[in-house]
Amino acid sequence: MIDKRVGSPREAVAGIGDGDTVMIGGFGEAGSPIELIHALIDHGAANLTVISNNSGSGEIGLAALIRAGQVAKIVCSFPRSTNSTVFPDLFNAGRIQLELVPQGTLAERIRAGGAGIPAFYTPTAAGTDLEAGKERREFNGRPCLLEHALVADWSLIKARTADSHGNLVYNKTARNFSPLMAMAGRNTVAQASSVVKPGGLDPEAVITPGIFVDHVVHVPNPQHESELVARGARYP
Amino acid sequence: MSPAAMGLTTRQVARRAAQDIPDGSYVNLGIGLPELIALFIPDDREIVLHIENGLLGMGPSPEPGKGDPELINAGKKQVTTRPGASYFHQADSFAMIRGGHLDLSVLGALEVAANGDLANWSTGGEGAIPAVGGAMDLVSGVKAVYVITRHCTRDGTPKLVERCSYPLTGARVVDRVYTDLAVIDITPNGFEVVELSPGVSFDEVAARTAAPLGDARPA
Repeated sequence: MIDKRVGSPREAVAGIGDGDTVMIGGFGEAGSPIELIHALIDHGAANLTVISNNSGSGEIGLAALIRAGQVAKIVCSFPRSTNSTVFPDLFNAGRIQLELVPQGTLAERIRAGGAGIPAFYTPTAAGTDLEAGKERREFNGRPCLLEHALVADWSLIKARTADSHGNLVYNKTARNFSPLMAMAGRNTVAQASSVVKPGGLDPEAVITPGIFVDHVVHVPNPQHESELVARGARYP
Repeated sequence: MSPAAMGLTTRQVARRAAQDIPDGSYVNLGIGLPELIALFIPDDREIVLHIENGLLGMGPSPEPGKGDPELINAGKKQVTTRPGASYFHQADSFAMIRGGHLDLSVLGALEVAANGDLANWSTGGEGAIPAVGGAMDLVSGVKAVYVITRHCTRDGTPKLVERCSYPLTGARVVDRVYTDLAVIDITPNGFEVVELSPGVSFDEVAARTAAPLGDARPA
């Protein structure tokens, strides 16, 4: 019998270890698995490498994980937010490393990791400062850079609806990196606002097939980053 | 006349750029000034707006209280969808960009060089947090790249230059620049004025451009 449901965010993240690489879904607040991130703060795993498009806002969610000192390095396309100084302060103090990656290259590196493609060439960033240290080769007269795949020990993502096999559908622009991270995580945890029985999702409408998902956690009313930030919430 | 009083307002520049987007185009508008173009798309044209975080068919801002925090644009502001819209993940979104499926990208600029080099992601200053987002992917893949910008910075420094001093977003990528003073194409000969804003002379534009300026206006 396949049943990937676990009882709580706490149980879902309990296996994350010190030094692990963790992909965290979301673009801004859309798709950010706040409850799983907060469970990871409670869990306390340290010296993490986090792969996520942004670096969080306010002092909740990803920003709170960074502020808690659990993140040694982030791999990120846009680590800046109008309402958070958590990452900039630590970065300028030399207490967190940053690998800056163009957003499309970040997506494709994660996709490649999940698809068993070790590396690929892309024209993005050729001729810019982000070319430094990368192998260059011309295709059809265009300079391209060799980019390596990304994989993770854990991926934490957020879905609208899951079934107990781990099939997922998402909410609007909250989909963003999550289907890719689900593929690239050796252990993928999806929190979902609703969880249904197998057969409860139309197979034609499934976005992430359950084979890419290891654990499903029911989080019926997920919090929204902007609402937490607006009322000055901090975690813990 | 002070530079601030000459030429078009920011909204007028956005309106001017919107006139050149053909019916049926798939277009990505960058964060900030380029976003204003969406307000001025002529009613008789259907233009599909792409946002790189995963939507084709972006509509206007929602009415207050009617938005969804998970339906946002690249500037992380709430938006709506138009009939015919679709959602997709980031690898598909950047396949649209990098794969040459989008017709046009309109971006802001710190500097544009006469050879089409664009700098718009970092001032390279000490203590500045580097953040690139999707700008380098957009300029490497979209069929045409337009820039919309004030002609000079607030202190009057030209933004159209011989060679960019800020870190590049892409090399030889810009096709056309819309400013408060003129519409300027990037050609093998460098900057060429194709249109002057009302009340602005060629010499006034040339005096505020830090590179040679050709005149390609229709006779």
